Amino acid sequence: MFLGHAISMPQLYGQLLIGLINGSFYALLSLGLAVIFGMLNIVNFAHGAFYMVGAFAAYFLLHLAGVNYWGALVLAPLIVGAIGAIMERTLLKRIAGLDHLYGLLLTFGLALVIQGLFQNYFGASGLPYPIPPELQGARNLGFMFLPNYRGWVIVFSAVVCFATWFLIEKTRLGAYLRAATENPTLVRAFGINVPLMITLTYGFGVALAALAGVLAAPINQVRPGMGADIIAVVFAVVVIGGMGSILGSILTGFALGVIEGLTKVFYPEASNTVVFVIMAIVLLIRPSGLFGRGRLT
Amino acid sequence: MSVKILPVPATRFTREERDAGVAFLVMLALIVVGPFVAYPFFVMQMLCIALFACAFNLLIGYVGLLSFGHAMFLGMASYVGAHAAKVWGLEPELAILCGVASAAALGLVTGALAIRSQGIYFAMITVAFSQMIYFFCVEAPFTHGEDGIQSVPQGFAFGLIDLSKPSLLYVFVAAIFLVGFFVVYRTINSPFGEILKAIRENEPRAISLGYRVARYKLAAFVLSASLAGLAGATKAIVVQNASLTDVSFSTSGEVVLMTLLGGMGTLYGPVVGAIVVVSMENYLAQFGQWVTVIQGAIFVACVLLFRRGIVGEIGKAIGWSI
Repeated sequence: MFLGHAISMPQLYGQLLIGLINGSFYALLSLGLAVIFGMLNIVNFAHGAFYMVGAFAAYFLLHLAGVNYWGALVLAPLIVGAIGAIMERTLLKRIAGLDHLYGLLLTFGLALVIQGLFQNYFGASGLPYPIPPELQGARNLGFMFLPNYRGWVIVFSAVVCFATWFLIEKTRLGAYLRAATENPTLVRAFGINVPLMITLTYGFGVALAALAGVLAAPINQVRPGMGADIIAVVFAVVVIGGMGSILGSILTGFALGVIEGLTKVFYPEASNTVVFVIMAIVLLIRPSGLFGRGRLT
Repeated sequence: MSVKILPVPATRFTREERDAGVAFLVMLALIVVGPFVAYPFFVMQMLCIALFACAFNLLIGYVGLLSFGHAMFLGMASYVGAHAAKVWGLEPELAILCGVASAAALGLVTGALAIRSQGIYFAMITVAFSQMIYFFCVEAPFTHGEDGIQSVPQGFAFGLIDLSKPSLLYVFVAAIFLVGFFVVYRTINSPFGEILKAIRENEPRAISLGYRVARYKLAAFVLSASLAGLAGATKAIVVQNASLTDVSFSTSGEVVLMTLLGGMGTLYGPVVGAIVVVSMENYLAQFGQWVTVIQGAIFVACVLLFRRGIVGEIGKAIGWSI
């Protein structure tokens, strides 16, 4: 008994699982935002749109080219990432050096264009995407039944997040990247192609969003509005975690997904707002975010 | 003893005063002519949205704060105004004041939290707060969720002006718009406004000069929220309903578009932007989601090609400071 009404254990575990799934998406998306922000100083408002395009890419690959889920898992992020890289080269590049707000406005405009185009052709309803046959069914964990696909999403997202963290924090390429974030001019003087690195970074961040979209396709249907729905929560996650830390955005993403899931059990009315309430509290106590360094400027 | 008469100066206004005066007269003429050339209710809605854009511009144009969630003030005031007029049976001007008060209170709370951070973080925080208010409005009983508050009575302003007559309602709405516009004008041309501009240009310097920057920002935020609330509550009386659209994220995006397109940091830019965007939505409604695509394309074009906006570019071309 809690809060006056009985909570059944299967319900609790079920919502925890959904929370972890949503947390995986939050983590992948906020990670991509953090990577892009670190390199380009742009808050990529089009991130939600690219998440949606990733899911649609998987759908098209299946229905038009006959590429299955596993193919889409590789191809969709590559295709969408390439589109992102082209956009960086043709559009975002022109506003480098201007006030950061212009990056936000430009990517917001891009998000509207992308989302509007998809809504034109696919309306507001969702398109089904099948769970791959290898991951159908569920397994008994003793205390609950875990659908295989959901377990896969959580484990795979965690692996991708960890790999990204490792790439940026522990490898030579990551060291170049971090150095270029600190002082691009100096890094260029060492003979490293910083503009190319910026383009690839944007493409990589976008590819992470598309990957989250492919993972989400079999769980939440493929809808043009799926990106717009998630972007505000992801922004809140980023504010809570603080932009400064890669690991921070991963942990905050998973944690907030779980908290959201638990809220659905104990106080369902607040499940949509709990992330924002937490953001307000964090802003009161630590304005730079839980893992951020210094002031948010 | 002869009295020496001083020569009367040839021009009694400075250039800035002349430019501002002419621009104001043009706007006034448009407000007078508006209902005769377009559907009056459409013009009234446009006036409300234009006031909303002016309120938004006060923040982005003069303090440099990009609020990407301003629909929360428009929408919240619209709900409270509609509720006060319909359920509490208040007269329209009191209902509108209730709406303004709710927007001011919301602005005080969200502003106090949001101004603790700057730039893009400020923008992201306002996005998050407006989304929270959106979900609140979906859940809260008094907003009636998806249905919204419908058939809001227009009533009698000050107990005697029958607002159900379109002509009187138009005068009422135009008067509210002009009052709101005057508040914006006075604010940016006051010592307070000069300090806001100083904060926009160089915040550390303003701090070093001894100004409590956070208080000025919060005051500007609350003022902007209140004016957005004035627009929202008035709109609820005009269209006789309050719905989730006014509090939605797309409305927050549209007001950014209007101001960017018209010209950030210009007095008349938001008005021009509102006229263009609202007309576009109205006359291109048959094209469905293409309107969103066009809006996005305008965003991209504004950022890449003309960052001064329509009024800013025209002003530069003819050498006027408007």
